[in-house]
Amino acid sequence: ASTLVLGEHESGSVKASSLSAIAAAKAISEENSISLLLAGTGPSLQEAASHAASSLPSNSQVLLADSEELKHPLAETWAELVHMVQQKGSYSHIIAASSSFGKNVLPRAAALLDVSPITDVTEISEPRLFIRPIYAGNALCTVRYTGANPTMLTIRPTSFPVPNISSSKNSDAAPISQVDLSTFSEAILRKSRYVKHTSQDTERPDLGSAKVVVTGGRGLKSADNFKLIEKLAEKLGAAVGATRAAVDAGFVPNELQVGQTGKIVAPDLYMAFGVSGAIQHLAGMKDSKVIVAVNKDADASIFQVADYGLVGDLFEVLPELIEKLPEKK
Amino acid sequence: MQLPTLPFHFSRAPKMKIMVAVKRVVDYAVKIRVKPDKTGVDMSNVKMSMNPFCEIALEEALRIRESGLASEVVAVSIGPHQCVDTLRTGLAMGADRAIHVETTSQLYPLSIAKLLQKLVELEKPGLLILGKQAIDDDCNQTGQMVAGLLKWPQGTFASKVVLDKEKQVAVVDREVDGGLETLCLDLPVVITTDLRLNQPRYATLPNIMKAKSKVIKKMTPEELNVEIKSDIEIVQVTEPPKRKAGVIVSSVDELVHKLKNEAHVI
Repeated sequence: ASTLVLGEHESGSVKASSLSAIAAAKAISEENSISLLLAGTGPSLQEAASHAASSLPSNSQVLLADSEELKHPLAETWAELVHMVQQKGSYSHIIAASSSFGKNVLPRAAALLDVSPITDVTEISEPRLFIRPIYAGNALCTVRYTGANPTMLTIRPTSFPVPNISSSKNSDAAPISQVDLSTFSEAILRKSRYVKHTSQDTERPDLGSAKVVVTGGRGLKSADNFKLIEKLAEKLGAAVGATRAAVDAGFVPNELQVGQTGKIVAPDLYMAFGVSGAIQHLAGMKDSKVIVAVNKDADASIFQVADYGLVGDLFEVLPELIEKLPEKK
Repeated sequence: MQLPTLPFHFSRAPKMKIMVAVKRVVDYAVKIRVKPDKTGVDMSNVKMSMNPFCEIALEEALRIRESGLASEVVAVSIGPHQCVDTLRTGLAMGADRAIHVETTSQLYPLSIAKLLQKLVELEKPGLLILGKQAIDDDCNQTGQMVAGLLKWPQGTFASKVVLDKEKQVAVVDREVDGGLETLCLDLPVVITTDLRLNQPRYATLPNIMKAKSKVIKKMTPEELNVEIKSDIEIVQVTEPPKRKAGVIVSSVDELVHKLKNEAHVI
């Protein structure tokens, strides 16, 4: 097998999600020869390349696409780049992490190569046999790719943990080579322009990647009461989530919704207050490591997935918790 | 008072058409059951609805039309006969007409993208809007693939769309990891919708009645000259591992103690 991994980099390092994609490439076969494709321009690209070279096995390589056209990771240019690199390299597999980058780029590249991609893979059983969640994780689907090469995947980074990199292996670092972009500039569209990137409010961690999430449901009764959730989240350094019912009732904006149609989260600790446990909400949080539920209705279905349940009035429990839980370290 | 004369290209430009792809899926509130023989999910007597992200896509198209930047919204759906119900919902929400590509073949996003590509070539919309993913197979592929086939720019996972007809561009805010990305895309363009883009409207009773007389055009993949490719095989569908039963604690003190000393999460 030979695998092209689409890599993302930031301030001179390869992103952790791309290292997971490399781990997935190794899961295809031990002897898999991996080509990590990095694109961009300037010294931070070079730096990321050396960083990557030291974390790859020696039968692998880093491919650098250095061009002003690739400064921002636009799907239109990246898909053309992948198409071009694949035609030269005839890889058996192409993998990206299912980050917003991979989800945006890989299916477009797959269409150009006339391949059905398999997205959000959580397990590689055989080189062409994969498991991926469907129905927001309420079922697992085993899929076989039966078409012509390449097999194209996005992988869920949390399912492919990155082994600790030994820094002593620098001596047999993978080679770095430049992608020949001489025919590239005619291929690209230039119909898409990057304008800006706005970072989220950094006071609270991002809901999708937070270690702790505190969520409120309809039981909070009002937007004003929801501040109790925010206060607890602040104390724990947690992200705030909400159920669809709480969003529909206008307590909080839509972007906080956790559930099948909202964000899907899997933090170390998930605390749910006044949440009944509707199917579509459970779909968005049931992969959390530890789930705590507080609800005055002992029959609420949230208790079926909770590791720790407390039957009680959240308006008494929340202030007590805010007082008794330790500050975040 | 004299009315200002509109510039030539503005007054004479044909109004833009918007195409919206909608998918019929198991309703988001249904607890799905995996069939005991592991061949799939039990679909008998299950409530079906329009995919929630497709509702957002249609809502966005309707708002653009209502703002005067487009003249017509065409809803399309691809699949078995029952897709007509989903299209009726779309017409009741306000779509002007609908196209149903009827097929009972097993469809994957690549085939859907090819069919949509042909429909776009027939209808020539300035904007194709889709949900970012369907809540059944969770693929999140079709929009990107049809954009690639059409060689159109793509604005995926959109949380805001601003059209500038004068400049013939769409400025799209995208939900990306850790923030928002803004892109400026030349029309025609493919947009896929994220959750925050809008809150879809409900169809009112008069509009549901009105929708009954709107046209749903039938087509087949053969007429569109698309061969349904099958390069994927669903081997089995299984239940995910169940969570272990938890414990009920009796007080906040007990909860804090367990989180500290048993779960080690605080």
